[in-house]
Amino acid sequence: MIEVKDITKSFGEQSVLKGISATFKEGKCNLVIGKSGSGKTVLLKTMVGLIEPNTGDVLYDGRSFTKMNFKERKMIRREIGMLFQGGALFDSLTVEENIRFPLDMFTTMTSEEKLQQVNSCLSRVNMVNTNKKFPGELSGGMKKRVGIARAIVLNPKYLFCDEPNSGLDPKTSLVIDALIKEITIEYQMTTVINTHDMNSVMGIGDHVVFLHEGLKYWEGNRDEIMKITDGELFDFIFASDFLKDLRRNAKVS
Amino acid sequence: MTFLEEIGGYLIMIRHAFSKPEKAAMYSKETFRQMADIGVGSLPIIAIISTFIGAVTAVQFSYQLKSIGLVPMWWMGSIVRKGLILELAPTITALLLAGKVGSNIATELGSMRISEQIDAYEIMGVNTRSYLVGPKILAAMVVVPMLIVIAVFLGIIGGWAGGVLGNFFTTAEYIRGLQDDMKNWDVIVMFIKCLAFAFIIASVPCYKGYTVSGGALEIGKASTQAVVYSSIVLIIVNFFIAFFLLDSGG
Ligand SMILES: Nc1ncnc2c1ncn2[C@@H]1O[C@H](COP(=O)(O)OP(=O)(O)OP(=O)(O)O)[C@@H](O)[C@H]1O
Ligand SMILES: [Mg+2]
Repeated sequence: MIEVKDITKSFGEQSVLKGISATFKEGKCNLVIGKSGSGKTVLLKTMVGLIEPNTGDVLYDGRSFTKMNFKERKMIRREIGMLFQGGALFDSLTVEENIRFPLDMFTTMTSEEKLQQVNSCLSRVNMVNTNKKFPGELSGGMKKRVGIARAIVLNPKYLFCDEPNSGLDPKTSLVIDALIKEITIEYQMTTVINTHDMNSVMGIGDHVVFLHEGLKYWEGNRDEIMKITDGELFDFIFASDFLKDLRRNAKVS
Repeated sequence: MTFLEEIGGYLIMIRHAFSKPEKAAMYSKETFRQMADIGVGSLPIIAIISTFIGAVTAVQFSYQLKSIGLVPMWWMGSIVRKGLILELAPTITALLLAGKVGSNIATELGSMRISEQIDAYEIMGVNTRSYLVGPKILAAMVVVPMLIVIAVFLGIIGGWAGGVLGNFFTTAEYIRGLQDDMKNWDVIVMFIKCLAFAFIIASVPCYKGYTVSGGALEIGKASTQAVVYSSIVLIIVNFFIAFFLLDSGG
C-alpha cells in the first residue's frame, strides 16, 4: 500500500500539485487519470523520488519516503519497478542485457540463474527469443513489454507505469493493460498507472484517482465513474459532444 | 541558469561522480566500454593529423632557420620533439578529442536524459552520476594520455619524413637532435597536461549532457556548448600549466 499525503509541488511560479492525498492499494491497479498537463507524471515522479515535493509525504507500507536518507531510498528503490512512457530501455544494451541489468547490479546470482530469470520475465511478457535484439530494432509495443519485463525482474512490491498505452494501437493497449493487471495480481504488487485512456479505466481501473488542475478532483472505482453525470470528470470521460449526447440519451431512455 | 550556478552544478556532479560504486565489477566493465569508445574511433584521425603536424613543423622551422643561417640543422630534431611534447601533441589532440569525444558524450547523456534512461537507472537505485559520469572521466584519463603519446611518436616520425624529403637535414642529424637536451620535466609537464585535458574533455560534456532538459533540440545545443566550453577551458588551462610549471622544474 502506498499513501500519498498532501503533496504539493511547484516549478517556479507554476503550482502543479496543490495538495494531493490518495491511497493506492496492493494487488490492485490504481489509475491516475487527468487531462494532459494535469500533473500525473509529476505526481508519479514525486512518489518515486525523481522529483522532490515542496511539502507532503509518501508512505510505502508505512515507511516515510520523504524522510529517508539517500541510502534508505536506494534500498526501497529495489522494491520499485517503473515502466516509462517510451520504455526508457538502455540503447546500448540488448534486450537481455537490459533486463539483466538490475540483476547484475544488485544481486549475487550466477549467470545461469540470471539468464533463467531474464527468460522467465521475457516469456511473462510474450517476448521469448528476442534476447539479442537491440531496443532500436523493436516496435513501440515491444519496447513497452521489455520495459515491463525489466521493471518486474527483481520482483518489486510496487509498480509504476507512466502512460503504458500512449503511442500504441487499441488492440496492443489492451494486451499491455491485461499484462499489467495479471502481474499485479500474480505478485500482489501495488500498481500505480498514469493514463488518459478510458479503455484502461474501464478495463483495469480497480481504483481511480482523477486529477484536475493540481487537485484530486474525484476518487473511486470504474463502476462509480460511470455514474458521473456532470462536472470536470464528466467532461473528461465523455470528451466529445457526440459521446456526451450518447450518454445523456442513454440516461433518458 | 547563471554562470555561477552552472559552475556549482558542475562541481557537485564531479564530487558525486567519484563516490563509492554499488558494484565494482559493473563500474569497471563500463569504464572499459568507455575506453574503447573514446580510443578506438579516435586513433586514425589522430594518427593522420599528428604525422602531418610533425612534418609541417619540421619543414617550416627548417625553412625559417635556414634563412637565419646561424643555427645547425641538427637542432631540428630537438625543436620538433620539444614542440610536440610540450605543446602540439597534447593541445591539438585534446582539441580534436574535445570535438569528437565531447559531442559524443554530451549527445549520449543528453538523449539518455530526454528518453528517461537516466531516470530508469535512478529508479533502480543506481547512482547515475557515479555510474554514467565517473567511468567516462576515468576512461578518458587513461586513454587520452595514450593517444597523446602516440601522437608524439607519430609527429616525430612525420617531422623526420618532412625534413628528409625536403632535404633540410639528414636522418643522422635528426636523430642527434632528438637525443639532445632531453629533459624529464618536459615529459612530466606533458603528462600533467594530458590528465588535465582528459578530465576537461570528459567532464564538461558529461555535465552538459546530464543536465539537458527539454527535447531533441536541446541535445544539439548541449553538444555544441560542450565542445565550445571544453575547448575554451582547455586552452586556458593549457596556458596556466605552461606558465606555472615549465620554468619551475627546468
Ligand atoms: N521539470 C519541470 N519543470 C517545470 N515544469 C514542469 C516540469 N515537469 C512538469 N512541469 C509542468 O507541470 C505540469 C504538469 O506536467 P505533467 O507532465 O505532470 O503532466 P501530465 O499530466 O503527465 O500530462 P501528459 O498526460 O501530457 O503526460 C505541466 O504544466 C508542465 O509544464
Ligand atoms: Mg505525463
